Amino acid sequence: MAKQPKKQLPDDPDTTGHEWDGIQEFNNPLPRWWLWTLYATIVWAVIYSIAYPAWPGISSATAGVMGWSTRANVANDIAAAEAANADINARLAEVELTEISADPELSGYATSAGAAVFKTWCAQCHGSGAAGAKGYPNLLDNDWLWGGDIEAIHATVKHGIRNEEDGDARYSEMPAFGEMLEKEELSAVTNYVISLSGTPQDPAQVEAGQTVFMDNCASCHGDEGLGDRDQGAPNLADAIWLYGGDYDTVLQTVTYSRYGVMPPWSTRLTEAEIRAVSSYVHQLGGGE
Amino acid sequence: MGILDKHHVLEKNITLLSIFAFLVVTIGGLVQIAPLFWLENTIEDVEGMRPYTPLELTGRDIYVREGCYVCHSQMIRPMRDEVERYGHYSLAAESKYDHPFQWGSKRTGPDLARVGGRYSDEWHVDHLRDPQAVVPESVMPKYGFLENRIIDAKYIEDRLKTDRFVGVPYTDEMVENAAADFRAQSDPDSDYDGLLERYGDKVQVRNFDGAAGISEADALIAYLQMLGTLVDFSTFTPVASR
Repeated sequence: MAKQPKKQLPDDPDTTGHEWDGIQEFNNPLPRWWLWTLYATIVWAVIYSIAYPAWPGISSATAGVMGWSTRANVANDIAAAEAANADINARLAEVELTEISADPELSGYATSAGAAVFKTWCAQCHGSGAAGAKGYPNLLDNDWLWGGDIEAIHATVKHGIRNEEDGDARYSEMPAFGEMLEKEELSAVTNYVISLSGTPQDPAQVEAGQTVFMDNCASCHGDEGLGDRDQGAPNLADAIWLYGGDYDTVLQTVTYSRYGVMPPWSTRLTEAEIRAVSSYVHQLGGGE
Repeated sequence: MGILDKHHVLEKNITLLSIFAFLVVTIGGLVQIAPLFWLENTIEDVEGMRPYTPLELTGRDIYVREGCYVCHSQMIRPMRDEVERYGHYSLAAESKYDHPFQWGSKRTGPDLARVGGRYSDEWHVDHLRDPQAVVPESVMPKYGFLENRIIDAKYIEDRLKTDRFVGVPYTDEMVENAAADFRAQSDPDSDYDGLLERYGDKVQVRNFDGAAGISEADALIAYLQMLGTLVDFSTFTPVASR
């Protein structure tokens, strides 16, 4: 411990007593502004811990005098947002579906609200831009499995497709023809189906396939393969493919069938939300 | 020259400084951490919580092994935007059987605290195989190999015992039947009454990946489909003071 060295000049503050190779350290006081800021934060901490939940006790912590609660705050935020939209949501849930688009205020609201619902609940399968993916329909084009007017879209969203939760779910089931047809027949009808949308295939196969098609497929897909929306039978002549239009994929579809499922949204969304997202999908480009 | 001026004594003696620094940290720790063990509002008991089934626990271990928590959080914060996107905010009780918890701290992907029942099993299979096939803008790597890794219940009993050791209330019966429950949950044709009896009627019994055998994908999807579904929020009323 070094002894207190001599001051160099009369006005110099005291030194800390440290000395290295003749270099000494002044013991300057802390800057005033800094010290007062420190005291202010200590005072602030005391006030804060009185105002807000802070000090632990035996069974609970002090609640604070501001009545602050995370859960109450989020509940209030949600209630405020719901109250702000209550009127227009009520109108949206009541109005005739076909009249939504004629009312600029309502359709504007429905489209924006529907876009939010879509990005939260639908985008994972149908894509954030609604362009779909393999097995998940594209909602931008004008090819619809179950109908593309607002009422049909609304019914699809509300009840879903081939799910077991909703008795009104849209339901269709193509048989797995692998169990019913011979290999040659499967191959022929696959060639015929691909030829329907204008891709040239082996003429002999196509001709043989047409017979198979008329016997097995036409009852649902129609004689010309144009589909039937009442049964959810896809149009096979429009070169739009849900699972793919190459030979292997179509053969797989015919052999094993497909069974895409969509959940019923009535169990998770309000009627207004379902109508909003239906309007959103309807105005994407393919709506009828 | 009050006591405040005596700090020189501490600052000039390393042993004393260490002892006092330790005391200060101890007090801070006690005030911040210890009350969490007895305050009622931090140990809320919520109806519906149950220990993970053996298959779900295995799926959870795969979730941890693959580092899913690096990109996915499991913690819905109490804010309106989060609640609207992900569902009811997470409750502390919902992680009470988590060792370790999977709250995460980064959302490169979405929060998964309530992903259960949000998508179909088929979607999960498609998505694990090739995330970009269903979500083109996703940066998630492919996890298709999980489907090919067949797993057995060899160590599941020990696994349950380990969790019991750290406080998860697995009963003797649950531990004894761990291997049977593990197999039953992914086989809807099996006799899974015992599984439901031990873990509740809401346990989902399905062939999760749609393929024969119990693969890691089965376990992971079983875990994902259960996440956030245990507490019934149609009957749960949050106490505002918590």
